[in-house]
Amino acid sequence: MTLIHARGLVKRFEGFTAVDGIDVDVERGEAFGFLGPNGAGKSSTMRMIGCVSPPTGGVLRILDMDPLRDGPKIRARLGVCPQLDNLDLELTVRENLTTYARFFGIPRKVARRRADELLDFVQLTERADSKVEPLSGGMKRRLTIARALVNEPEIVLLDEPTTGLDPQARHLVWERLFRLKQQGVTLVLTTHYMDEAEQLCDRLVVMDGGKIVAEGSPRALIDEYSTREVVELRFNVESQDVFADKLAGVGERLEVLPDRILLYVADGDDAVAEVQRRALSPASVLVRRSSLEDVFLHLTGRTLVD
Amino acid sequence: MVTLVLPRLVSFEGAGRRSASVVERNAASLRTAYWLVLISGFLEPVLYLFSIGVGVGALVGDLTLPDGRIIGYAAFVAPAMLASSAMTGALSETTFNFFGKMKFMKLYDGMLATPVRPIEIALGELAWAMIRGNLYAAAFLVVMVLMDLTTPSRALAAFAAAVLVGFAFGGAGMALSTYMRSWQDFDLIASAQFALFLFSGTFVPAQAYPSILRWLVEATPLYRSVDLIRAISIGGVGWVQAVDVVYLLAVFGIGLTIAGRRMEKLLCK
Repeated sequence: MTLIHARGLVKRFEGFTAVDGIDVDVERGEAFGFLGPNGAGKSSTMRMIGCVSPPTGGVLRILDMDPLRDGPKIRARLGVCPQLDNLDLELTVRENLTTYARFFGIPRKVARRRADELLDFVQLTERADSKVEPLSGGMKRRLTIARALVNEPEIVLLDEPTTGLDPQARHLVWERLFRLKQQGVTLVLTTHYMDEAEQLCDRLVVMDGGKIVAEGSPRALIDEYSTREVVELRFNVESQDVFADKLAGVGERLEVLPDRILLYVADGDDAVAEVQRRALSPASVLVRRSSLEDVFLHLTGRTLVD
Repeated sequence: MVTLVLPRLVSFEGAGRRSASVVERNAASLRTAYWLVLISGFLEPVLYLFSIGVGVGALVGDLTLPDGRIIGYAAFVAPAMLASSAMTGALSETTFNFFGKMKFMKLYDGMLATPVRPIEIALGELAWAMIRGNLYAAAFLVVMVLMDLTTPSRALAAFAAAVLVGFAFGGAGMALSTYMRSWQDFDLIASAQFALFLFSGTFVPAQAYPSILRWLVEATPLYRSVDLIRAISIGGVGWVQAVDVVYLLAVFGIGLTIAGRRMEKLLCK
Protein backbone atom coordinates (compact mmCIF):
# COMPACT_ATOMS: atom_id res chain seq x y z
CA MET A 1 0.00 0.00 0.00
CA THR A 2 1.29 3.45 -0.91
CA LEU A 3 1.37 5.62 2.20
CA ILE A 4 2.86 8.71 0.61
CA HIS A 5 2.10 9.64 -2.96
CA ALA A 6 3.41 12.80 -4.59
CA ARG A 7 3.25 13.88 -8.22
CA GLY A 8 4.77 17.09 -9.47
CA LEU A 9 4.90 18.37 -5.89
CA VAL A 10 5.95 22.02 -5.72
CA LYS A 11 6.69 24.34 -2.81
CA ARG A 12 7.36 27.97 -3.61
CA PHE A 13 8.19 30.66 -1.10
CA GLU A 14 8.38 34.34 -1.91
CA GLY A 15 11.01 34.58 -4.58
CA PHE A 16 12.29 31.04 -4.69
CA THR A 17 11.23 27.50 -5.37
CA ALA A 18 12.22 25.11 -2.61
CA VAL A 19 10.68 21.97 -4.11
CA ASP A 20 10.41 21.91 -7.86
CA GLY A 21 8.05 19.20 -9.03
CA ILE A 22 9.03 15.92 -7.40
CA ASP A 23 7.42 12.49 -7.72
CA VAL A 24 7.65 10.22 -4.70
CA ASP A 25 5.95 7.01 -3.60
CA VAL A 26 6.58 5.46 -0.21
CA GLU A 27 5.21 2.01 0.54
CA ARG A 28 4.17 0.61 3.90
CA GLY A 29 7.06 -0.80 5.94
CA GLU A 30 9.68 0.89 3.85
CA ALA A 31 12.57 3.01 5.08
CA PHE A 32 12.75 5.84 2.61
CA GLY A 33 15.42 8.53 2.50
CA PHE A 34 15.71 12.02 1.09
CA LEU A 35 19.38 12.65 0.52
CA GLY A 36 20.78 15.99 -0.50
CA PRO A 37 22.94 18.96 0.41
CA ASN A 38 21.63 21.84 2.52
CA GLY A 39 18.95 23.76 0.68
CA ALA A 40 18.04 20.87 -1.61
CA GLY A 41 14.41 21.03 -0.52
CA LYS A 42 14.41 18.05 1.85
CA SER A 43 12.95 19.82 4.88
CA SER A 44 10.32 21.63 2.82
CA THR A 45 9.25 18.27 1.44
CA MET A 46 9.11 16.82 4.93
CA ARG A 47 6.98 19.68 6.19
CA MET A 48 4.53 19.16 3.37
CA ILE A 49 4.33 15.45 4.15
CA GLY A 50 3.89 16.35 7.82
CA CYS A 51 0.82 18.44 6.85
CA VAL A 52 2.15 21.65 8.37
CA SER A 53 3.02 23.31 5.09
CA PRO A 54 0.49 23.50 2.26
CA PRO A 55 1.91 22.49 -1.15
CA THR A 56 2.03 25.23 -3.78
CA GLY A 57 1.31 22.80 -6.60
CA GLY A 58 1.07 19.18 -7.62
CA VAL A 59 -0.60 16.19 -6.01
CA LEU A 60 0.08 15.00 -2.47
CA ARG A 61 -1.76 12.15 -0.76
CA ILE A 62 -0.78 10.88 2.68
CA LEU A 63 -2.39 7.67 3.98
CA ASP A 64 -4.78 8.11 1.04
CA MET A 65 -6.00 11.45 2.40
CA ASP A 66 -5.64 15.07 1.37
CA PRO A 67 -3.29 17.03 3.68
CA LEU A 68 -5.23 20.26 3.18
CA ARG A 69 -8.57 18.78 4.11
CA ASP A 70 -7.66 16.01 6.52
CA GLY A 71 -4.59 17.53 8.20
CA PRO A 72 -5.58 16.63 11.79
CA LYS A 73 -6.61 13.09 10.81
CA ILE A 74 -3.36 12.46 8.99
CA ARG A 75 -1.21 14.01 11.69
CA ALA A 76 -2.89 11.74 14.24
CA ARG A 77 -1.16 8.84 12.47
CA LEU A 78 2.24 10.47 11.89
CA GLY A 79 5.22 10.81 14.17
CA VAL A 80 7.44 13.80 13.52
CA CYS A 81 11.01 14.30 14.63
CA PRO A 82 11.97 17.78 13.40
CA GLN A 83 15.44 18.89 12.46
CA LEU A 84 15.73 21.16 15.49
CA ASP A 85 14.53 19.75 18.78
CA ASN A 86 11.47 21.70 19.89
CA LEU A 87 11.03 19.96 23.21
CA ASP A 88 9.11 21.71 25.94
CA LEU A 89 11.79 23.19 28.20
CA GLU A 90 9.31 24.00 30.94
CA LEU A 91 8.44 20.33 31.42
CA THR A 92 10.34 17.29 32.62
CA VAL A 93 11.46 14.50 30.33
CA ARG A 94 8.47 12.32 31.18
CA GLU A 95 6.01 15.22 31.04
CA ASN A 96 7.22 15.99 27.55
CA LEU A 97 5.87 12.62 26.49
CA THR A 98 2.69 12.60 28.56
CA THR A 99 1.58 16.13 27.58
CA TYR A 100 2.38 15.41 23.95
CA ALA A 101 0.26 12.28 24.11
CA ARG A 102 -2.62 14.43 25.32
CA PHE A 103 -2.47 16.46 22.09
CA PHE A 104 -3.42 13.22 20.37
CA GLY A 105 -6.26 12.64 22.80
CA ILE A 106 -4.55 9.65 24.39
CA PRO A 107 -6.03 8.94 27.86
CA ARG A 108 -3.78 9.95 30.76
CA LYS A 109 -3.29 6.43 32.04
CA VAL A 110 -2.28 5.10 28.63
CA ALA A 111 -0.04 8.14 28.15
CA ARG A 112 1.84 7.44 31.37
CA ARG A 113 2.33 3.79 30.51
CA ARG A 114 3.48 4.58 27.00
CA ALA A 115 5.84 7.28 28.27
CA ASP A 116 7.53 4.75 30.52
CA GLU A 117 7.87 2.23 27.69
CA LEU A 118 9.30 4.84 25.34
CA LEU A 119 11.73 6.19 27.92
CA ASP A 120 12.96 2.65 28.28
CA PHE A 121 13.17 2.28 24.51
CA VAL A 122 15.38 5.37 24.12
CA GLN A 123 17.29 4.66 27.35
CA LEU A 124 16.21 7.74 29.25
CA THR A 125 14.40 6.09 32.17
CA GLU A 126 16.97 7.38 34.63
CA ARG A 127 16.41 10.96 33.50
CA ALA A 128 12.61 10.72 33.51
CA ASP A 129 12.13 13.42 36.15
CA SER A 130 14.91 15.67 35.00
CA LYS A 131 14.26 18.91 33.17
CA VAL A 132 15.00 18.91 29.46
CA GLU A 133 17.53 21.75 29.50
CA PRO A 134 20.52 19.93 31.06
CA LEU A 135 20.23 16.90 28.77
CA SER A 136 22.97 16.31 26.22
CA GLY A 137 22.29 16.75 22.52
CA GLY A 138 22.02 13.01 22.03
CA MET A 139 19.57 12.64 24.89
CA LYS A 140 17.39 15.46 23.59
CA ARG A 141 17.35 13.84 20.19
CA ARG A 142 16.35 10.49 21.65
CA LEU A 143 13.61 12.20 23.63
CA THR A 144 12.37 13.91 20.46
CA ILE A 145 12.28 10.53 18.75
CA ALA A 146 10.43 9.01 21.69
CA ARG A 147 7.96 11.88 21.54
CA ALA A 148 7.39 11.19 17.84
CA LEU A 149 6.40 7.62 18.77
CA VAL A 150 3.95 8.45 21.51
CA ASN A 151 0.88 8.04 19.26
CA GLU A 152 2.14 4.75 17.80
CA PRO A 153 2.43 6.29 14.35
CA GLU A 154 2.26 4.41 11.06
CA ILE A 155 4.78 6.74 9.47
CA VAL A 156 7.67 8.36 11.31
CA LEU A 157 9.19 11.44 9.69
CA LEU A 158 12.77 12.12 10.76
CA ASP A 159 14.43 15.30 9.55
CA GLU A 160 18.17 14.82 9.89
CA PRO A 161 17.83 12.58 12.93
CA THR A 162 21.52 12.41 13.79
CA THR A 163 22.90 15.77 12.70
CA GLY A 164 25.15 17.20 15.38
CA LEU A 165 25.42 14.01 17.43
CA ASP A 166 28.63 12.34 18.50
CA PRO A 167 29.38 8.86 17.08
CA GLN A 168 28.07 6.95 20.13
CA ALA A 169 24.82 8.88 20.21
CA ARG A 170 24.49 8.48 16.46
CA HIS A 171 24.85 4.72 16.60
CA LEU A 172 22.35 4.46 19.41
CA VAL A 173 19.80 6.43 17.37
CA TRP A 174 20.46 4.25 14.32
CA GLU A 175 20.02 1.12 16.33
CA ARG A 176 16.67 2.33 17.71
CA LEU A 177 15.48 3.37 14.27
CA PHE A 178 16.50 -0.01 12.90
CA ARG A 179 14.39 -1.68 15.57
CA LEU A 180 11.41 0.46 14.62
CA LYS A 181 11.86 -0.57 11.03
CA GLN A 182 11.87 -4.21 12.09
CA GLN A 183 8.59 -3.61 13.88
CA GLY A 184 7.11 -2.59 10.54
CA VAL A 185 7.00 1.17 11.07
CA THR A 186 7.43 3.14 7.87
CA LEU A 187 10.38 5.49 8.18
CA VAL A 188 10.90 8.58 6.07
CA LEU A 189 14.11 10.42 6.78
CA THR A 190 16.27 13.16 5.39
CA THR A 191 19.99 13.12 5.83
CA HIS A 192 23.20 14.31 4.31
CA TYR A 193 25.12 11.51 5.93
CA MET A 194 25.83 8.81 3.41
CA ASP A 195 26.51 6.14 5.98
CA GLU A 196 23.16 6.91 7.58
CA ALA A 197 21.37 6.46 4.28
CA GLU A 198 23.26 3.23 3.59
CA GLN A 199 22.51 1.93 7.08
CA LEU A 200 18.84 2.72 7.25
CA CYS A 201 17.27 3.24 3.86
CA ASP A 202 15.76 0.58 1.63
CA ARG A 203 15.27 3.17 -1.03
CA LEU A 204 16.22 6.78 -1.43
CA VAL A 205 16.11 9.77 -3.68
CA VAL A 206 18.92 12.25 -4.10
CA MET A 207 17.63 15.82 -4.19
CA ASP A 208 19.45 18.84 -5.49
CA GLY A 209 18.04 22.30 -6.14
CA GLY A 210 14.50 21.16 -5.36
CA LYS A 211 14.57 18.34 -7.88
CA ILE A 212 15.12 14.61 -7.65
CA VAL A 213 18.35 13.79 -9.48
CA ALA A 214 18.56 10.06 -8.74
CA GLU A 215 16.45 7.35 -7.19
CA GLY A 216 16.97 3.76 -6.08
CA SER A 217 18.37 1.51 -3.38
CA PRO A 218 21.75 2.55 -1.95
CA ARG A 219 23.41 -0.37 -3.78
CA ALA A 220 21.70 0.39 -7.08
CA LEU A 221 22.72 4.04 -6.89
CA ILE A 222 26.33 3.13 -6.23
CA ASP A 223 26.25 0.71 -9.17
CA GLU A 224 24.70 3.27 -11.43
CA TYR A 225 26.53 6.44 -10.50
CA SER A 226 29.86 5.20 -9.25
CA THR A 227 32.26 2.33 -9.75
CA ARG A 228 32.73 -0.64 -7.51
CA GLU A 229 35.91 0.68 -5.97
CA VAL A 230 37.71 3.95 -5.51
CA VAL A 231 41.47 4.44 -5.34
CA GLU A 232 42.68 7.49 -3.45
CA LEU A 233 46.19 8.62 -4.40
CA ARG A 234 48.16 11.30 -2.59
CA PHE A 235 51.27 12.79 -4.14
CA ASN A 236 53.91 14.78 -2.29
CA VAL A 237 53.65 17.86 -4.45
CA GLU A 238 52.04 21.27 -4.23
CA SER A 239 49.50 20.51 -6.89
CA GLN A 240 48.06 17.13 -7.69
CA ASP A 241 47.12 18.39 -11.17
CA VAL A 242 50.37 17.42 -12.84
CA PHE A 243 49.62 13.76 -12.27
CA ALA A 244 46.17 13.91 -13.73
CA ASP A 245 47.42 13.57 -17.30
CA LYS A 246 49.76 10.76 -16.39
CA LEU A 247 46.86 8.83 -14.88
CA ALA A 248 44.58 9.23 -17.88
CA GLY A 249 42.82 6.05 -18.80
CA VAL A 250 43.26 4.35 -15.46
CA GLY A 251 39.70 3.58 -14.40
CA GLU A 252 36.43 5.00 -15.62
CA ARG A 253 36.65 8.42 -14.10
CA LEU A 254 39.21 10.55 -12.34
CA GLU A 255 38.72 13.41 -9.97
CA VAL A 256 41.40 15.83 -8.82
CA LEU A 257 40.99 17.26 -5.34
CA PRO A 258 43.35 19.78 -3.74
CA ASP A 259 45.04 17.07 -1.66
CA ARG A 260 44.46 13.85 -3.56
CA ILE A 261 43.32 12.21 -6.75
CA LEU A 262 40.35 9.83 -6.84
CA LEU A 263 40.24 7.05 -9.39
CA TYR A 264 36.86 5.44 -9.94
CA VAL A 265 37.62 1.87 -10.96
CA ALA A 266 36.10 -1.58 -11.19
CA ASP A 267 39.07 -3.27 -9.55
CA GLY A 268 41.25 -1.30 -7.15
CA ASP A 269 44.23 -3.66 -7.15
CA ASP A 270 44.41 -3.69 -10.93
CA ALA A 271 44.39 0.08 -10.94
CA VAL A 272 47.16 0.31 -8.34
CA ALA A 273 49.22 -2.10 -10.44
CA GLU A 274 48.69 0.12 -13.46
CA VAL A 275 49.77 3.20 -11.47
CA GLN A 276 52.98 1.42 -10.49
CA ARG A 277 53.54 0.25 -14.08
CA ARG A 278 53.46 3.92 -15.13
CA ALA A 279 56.25 4.51 -12.61
CA LEU A 280 54.23 6.92 -10.55
CA SER A 281 54.95 6.82 -6.86
CA PRO A 282 52.22 8.35 -4.75
CA ALA A 283 52.98 9.02 -1.08
CA SER A 284 49.90 7.10 -0.08
CA VAL A 285 47.47 4.74 -1.73
CA LEU A 286 44.06 3.79 -0.41
CA VAL A 287 41.72 1.33 -2.05
CA ARG A 288 38.17 1.44 -0.72
CA ARG A 289 34.68 0.40 -1.67
CA SER A 290 32.66 2.99 -3.40
CA SER A 291 30.12 4.59 -1.09
CA LEU A 292 26.96 6.58 -1.38
CA GLU A 293 29.14 9.59 -0.67
CA ASP A 294 30.81 9.16 -4.04
CA VAL A 295 27.38 9.01 -5.68
CA PHE A 296 26.22 12.01 -3.76
CA LEU A 297 29.20 14.17 -4.59
CA HIS A 298 29.12 13.03 -8.18
CA LEU A 299 25.47 14.01 -8.51
CA THR A 300 25.36 17.19 -6.45
CA GLY A 301 28.89 18.44 -7.00
CA ARG A 302 31.61 19.45 -4.58
CA THR A 303 30.77 23.11 -4.47
CA LEU A 304 29.56 24.26 -1.12
CA VAL A 305 25.89 25.20 -1.12
CA ASP A 306 24.24 27.00 1.74
CA MET B 1 -18.07 38.11 15.50
CA VAL B 2 -18.28 35.23 17.90
CA THR B 3 -20.65 33.45 15.56
CA LEU B 4 -18.05 33.83 12.81
CA VAL B 5 -15.58 31.80 14.79
CA LEU B 6 -17.68 29.25 16.58
CA PRO B 7 -19.34 27.33 13.71
CA ARG B 8 -15.95 26.39 12.31
CA LEU B 9 -14.87 25.14 15.69
CA VAL B 10 -17.87 23.03 16.54
CA SER B 11 -17.94 21.62 13.03
CA PHE B 12 -14.80 19.69 13.85
CA GLU B 13 -15.19 17.04 16.44
CA GLY B 14 -12.63 17.18 19.18
CA ALA B 15 -11.58 20.82 18.75
CA GLY B 16 -12.60 21.57 22.32
CA ARG B 17 -10.74 18.56 23.59
CA ARG B 18 -7.61 19.58 21.71
CA SER B 19 -7.79 23.14 23.05
CA ALA B 20 -8.12 21.65 26.51
CA SER B 21 -4.93 19.67 25.96
CA VAL B 22 -3.13 22.98 25.35
CA VAL B 23 -4.47 24.23 28.70
CA GLU B 24 -3.30 21.00 30.28
CA ARG B 25 0.21 21.58 28.99
CA ASN B 26 0.27 25.00 30.65
CA ALA B 27 -1.01 23.57 33.91
CA ALA B 28 1.78 20.98 33.81
CA SER B 29 4.37 23.73 33.34
CA LEU B 30 3.13 25.57 36.41
CA ARG B 31 6.09 25.63 38.74
CA THR B 32 7.26 27.51 41.81
CA ALA B 33 8.49 30.54 39.84
CA TYR B 34 5.15 30.76 38.16
CA TRP B 35 3.29 30.98 41.43
CA LEU B 36 5.25 34.13 42.22
CA VAL B 37 3.97 35.69 39.01
CA LEU B 38 0.43 34.68 39.93
CA ILE B 39 0.69 36.17 43.39
CA SER B 40 2.16 39.42 42.08
CA GLY B 41 -0.71 39.61 39.59
CA PHE B 42 -3.13 39.51 42.50
CA LEU B 43 -1.16 41.88 44.72
CA GLU B 44 -0.86 44.63 42.15
CA PRO B 45 -4.52 45.75 42.07
CA VAL B 46 -4.83 45.26 45.82
CA LEU B 47 -1.85 47.54 46.41
CA TYR B 48 -3.31 50.14 44.07
CA LEU B 49 -6.62 49.89 45.86
CA PHE B 50 -5.04 50.51 49.23
CA SER B 51 -2.60 53.22 48.16
CA ILE B 52 -4.87 55.21 45.88
CA GLY B 53 -8.38 54.09 46.71
CA VAL B 54 -7.95 54.24 50.44
CA GLY B 55 -4.88 56.51 50.81
CA VAL B 56 -5.56 59.17 48.18
CA GLY B 57 -9.26 58.58 48.77
CA ALA B 58 -8.88 59.99 52.27
CA LEU B 59 -7.74 63.30 50.70
CA VAL B 60 -10.31 63.24 47.87
CA GLY B 61 -13.25 62.44 50.08
CA ASP B 62 -16.55 61.34 48.61
CA LEU B 63 -17.44 61.53 44.94
CA THR B 64 -20.67 62.71 43.36
CA LEU B 65 -21.69 60.57 40.40
CA PRO B 66 -23.35 62.08 37.28
CA ASP B 67 -26.68 60.68 38.50
CA GLY B 68 -26.30 62.52 41.78
CA ARG B 69 -25.39 59.59 44.01
CA ILE B 70 -22.51 60.04 46.43
CA ILE B 71 -20.00 57.22 46.96
CA GLY B 72 -16.64 56.76 48.68
CA TYR B 73 -13.55 57.14 46.46
CA ALA B 74 -12.41 53.57 47.17
CA ALA B 75 -15.76 52.23 45.96
CA PHE B 76 -15.25 54.26 42.80
CA VAL B 77 -11.68 53.10 42.17
CA ALA B 78 -12.04 49.42 43.14
CA PRO B 79 -14.12 48.31 40.10
CA ALA B 80 -11.61 50.04 37.83
CA MET B 81 -8.78 48.14 39.51
CA LEU B 82 -10.70 44.94 38.92
CA ALA B 83 -11.17 45.76 35.24
CA SER B 84 -7.55 46.71 34.73
CA SER B 85 -6.27 43.66 36.57
CA ALA B 86 -8.46 41.48 34.34
CA MET B 87 -6.82 43.28 31.43
CA THR B 88 -3.29 42.87 32.80
CA GLY B 89 -3.76 39.19 33.58
CA ALA B 90 -5.12 38.44 30.14
CA LEU B 91 -2.50 40.53 28.35
CA SER B 92 0.56 39.21 30.16
CA GLU B 93 -0.37 35.65 29.24
CA THR B 94 -1.39 36.39 25.66
CA THR B 95 1.39 38.81 24.74
CA PHE B 96 4.71 38.09 26.43
CA ASN B 97 4.18 34.43 27.22
CA PHE B 98 2.40 33.66 23.98
CA PHE B 99 5.06 35.36 21.87
CA GLY B 100 7.86 33.58 23.75
CA LYS B 101 6.24 30.21 23.25
CA MET B 102 5.64 30.85 19.58
CA LYS B 103 8.92 32.47 18.53
CA PHE B 104 11.53 31.27 20.97
CA MET B 105 10.44 28.07 22.60
CA LYS B 106 9.05 26.84 19.27
CA LEU B 107 6.40 25.21 21.38
CA TYR B 108 3.66 25.50 18.80
CA ASP B 109 5.76 23.91 16.08
CA GLY B 110 5.74 20.76 18.17
CA MET B 111 2.03 21.03 18.86
CA LEU B 112 1.16 21.55 15.21
CA ALA B 113 2.76 18.23 14.29
CA THR B 114 -0.13 16.67 16.24
CA PRO B 115 -3.83 16.92 15.34
CA VAL B 116 -4.00 20.26 17.19
CA ARG B 117 -4.72 23.18 14.82
CA PRO B 118 -3.59 26.83 15.13
CA ILE B 119 -7.04 28.13 16.12
CA GLU B 120 -7.19 25.44 18.80
CA ILE B 121 -3.86 26.56 20.21
CA ALA B 122 -5.15 30.14 20.23
CA LEU B 123 -8.31 29.05 22.05
CA GLY B 124 -6.37 26.92 24.52
CA GLU B 125 -3.94 29.70 25.32
CA LEU B 126 -6.83 32.12 25.71
CA ALA B 127 -8.66 29.74 28.01
CA TRP B 128 -5.50 29.44 30.07
CA ALA B 129 -5.11 33.21 30.26
CA MET B 130 -8.71 33.35 31.43
CA ILE B 131 -8.18 30.83 34.17
CA ARG B 132 -5.25 32.88 35.38
CA GLY B 133 -6.96 36.27 35.00
CA ASN B 134 -10.13 35.06 36.68
CA LEU B 135 -8.25 33.85 39.71
CA TYR B 136 -7.01 37.40 40.19
CA ALA B 137 -10.49 38.77 39.66
CA ALA B 138 -12.13 36.37 42.11
CA ALA B 139 -9.55 37.09 44.82
CA PHE B 140 -9.87 40.82 44.28
CA LEU B 141 -13.67 40.66 44.52
CA VAL B 142 -13.38 38.86 47.84
CA VAL B 143 -11.24 41.77 49.06
CA MET B 144 -13.83 44.25 47.78
CA VAL B 145 -16.65 42.47 49.60
CA LEU B 146 -14.60 42.29 52.78
CA MET B 147 -13.93 46.02 52.59
CA ASP B 148 -17.65 46.60 52.05
CA LEU B 149 -17.05 48.23 48.66
CA THR B 150 -19.72 46.08 47.03
CA THR B 151 -22.25 43.40 47.95
CA PRO B 152 -21.66 39.65 47.47
CA SER B 153 -24.41 39.34 44.83
CA ARG B 154 -23.05 42.28 42.87
CA ALA B 155 -19.57 40.79 43.19
CA LEU B 156 -20.83 37.64 41.45
CA ALA B 157 -22.20 39.66 38.54
CA ALA B 158 -19.00 41.70 38.44
CA PHE B 159 -17.03 38.46 38.25
CA ALA B 160 -18.90 37.48 35.10
CA ALA B 161 -18.14 40.91 33.67
CA ALA B 162 -14.46 40.55 34.57
CA VAL B 163 -14.40 37.25 32.71
CA LEU B 164 -15.75 38.98 29.62
CA VAL B 165 -13.15 41.75 29.98
CA GLY B 166 -10.45 39.07 30.20
CA PHE B 167 -11.65 37.36 27.04
CA ALA B 168 -11.73 40.62 25.13
CA PHE B 169 -8.20 41.66 26.11
CA GLY B 170 -6.92 38.10 25.73
CA GLY B 171 -8.20 37.91 22.16
CA ALA B 172 -6.82 41.35 21.34
CA GLY B 173 -3.46 40.63 22.97
CA MET B 174 -3.01 37.42 21.06
CA ALA B 175 -3.87 39.08 17.76
CA LEU B 176 -1.38 41.88 18.49
CA SER B 177 1.35 39.41 19.45
CA THR B 178 1.22 37.80 16.03
CA TYR B 179 2.31 41.14 14.58
CA MET B 180 5.21 41.63 17.00
CA ARG B 181 8.66 41.29 15.46
CA SER B 182 10.82 41.37 18.58
CA TRP B 183 10.66 41.88 22.31
CA GLN B 184 11.17 45.62 21.78
CA ASP B 185 7.76 45.85 20.16
CA PHE B 186 6.24 44.82 23.45
CA ASP B 187 7.31 48.13 24.97
CA LEU B 188 4.63 49.65 22.76
CA ILE B 189 2.00 47.33 24.19
CA ALA B 190 3.21 48.08 27.71
CA SER B 191 2.99 51.83 27.08
CA ALA B 192 -0.47 51.53 25.58
CA GLN B 193 -1.53 49.39 28.50
CA PHE B 194 -0.25 51.94 31.01
CA ALA B 195 -1.96 54.82 29.18
CA LEU B 196 -5.21 52.86 29.25
CA PHE B 197 -4.71 52.15 32.93
CA LEU B 198 -4.32 55.86 33.74
CA PHE B 199 -6.93 57.41 31.48
CA SER B 200 -9.85 54.99 31.21
CA GLY B 201 -12.00 56.61 33.84
CA THR B 202 -10.02 54.60 36.36
CA PHE B 203 -9.06 57.32 38.84
CA VAL B 204 -11.28 60.17 37.73
CA PRO B 205 -14.65 60.08 35.99
CA ALA B 206 -14.36 60.54 32.21
CA GLN B 207 -16.64 63.57 32.60
CA ALA B 208 -13.66 65.37 34.05
CA TYR B 209 -11.94 65.49 30.63
CA PRO B 210 -12.60 68.02 27.84
CA SER B 211 -15.22 66.70 25.44
CA ILE B 212 -12.88 65.58 22.60
CA LEU B 213 -10.62 63.73 24.99
CA ARG B 214 -13.62 62.30 26.74
CA TRP B 215 -14.96 60.96 23.47
CA LEU B 216 -11.58 59.33 22.82
CA VAL B 217 -11.42 57.82 26.30
CA GLU B 218 -14.91 56.41 26.04
CA ALA B 219 -13.95 54.57 22.85
CA THR B 220 -11.14 52.58 24.51
CA PRO B 221 -11.70 48.99 25.57
CA LEU B 222 -10.59 49.54 29.15
CA TYR B 223 -13.04 52.41 29.58
CA ARG B 224 -15.86 50.15 28.41
CA SER B 225 -14.68 47.49 30.85
CA VAL B 226 -14.45 49.91 33.76
CA ASP B 227 -17.85 51.34 32.90
CA LEU B 228 -19.42 47.89 32.87
CA ILE B 229 -17.87 46.61 36.06
CA ARG B 230 -18.39 49.87 37.93
CA ALA B 231 -22.07 50.00 36.99
CA ILE B 232 -22.47 46.47 38.29
CA SER B 233 -20.50 46.93 41.50
CA ILE B 234 -22.03 50.25 42.61
CA GLY B 235 -25.41 49.73 40.95
CA GLY B 236 -27.11 51.52 38.07
CA VAL B 237 -26.86 49.15 35.10
CA GLY B 238 -28.55 50.53 31.98
CA TRP B 239 -28.41 50.49 28.17
CA VAL B 240 -24.90 51.90 28.12
CA GLN B 241 -23.71 48.68 29.74
CA ALA B 242 -25.33 46.67 26.95
CA VAL B 243 -23.12 48.66 24.57
CA ASP B 244 -20.13 47.76 26.75
CA VAL B 245 -20.96 44.05 26.50
CA VAL B 246 -21.42 44.13 22.72
CA TYR B 247 -18.18 46.14 22.37
CA LEU B 248 -16.18 43.64 24.44
CA LEU B 249 -17.68 40.64 22.65
CA ALA B 250 -16.70 42.19 19.33
CA VAL B 251 -13.11 42.81 20.49
CA PHE B 252 -12.89 39.20 21.62
CA GLY B 253 -14.31 37.76 18.40
CA ILE B 254 -12.20 39.88 16.09
CA GLY B 255 -9.07 39.28 18.16
CA LEU B 256 -9.44 35.51 18.24
CA THR B 257 -10.22 35.29 14.54
CA ILE B 258 -7.19 37.37 13.61
CA ALA B 259 -4.96 35.43 16.01
CA GLY B 260 -6.00 32.06 14.57
CA ARG B 261 -5.46 33.18 10.99
CA ARG B 262 -2.16 34.88 11.68
CA MET B 263 -0.82 31.86 13.55
CA GLU B 264 -1.69 29.67 10.63
CA LYS B 265 0.14 32.06 8.34
CA LEU B 266 3.19 32.30 10.58
CA LEU B 267 3.53 28.67 11.59
CA CYS B 268 2.19 26.70 8.61
CA LYS B 269 4.39 28.15 5.92
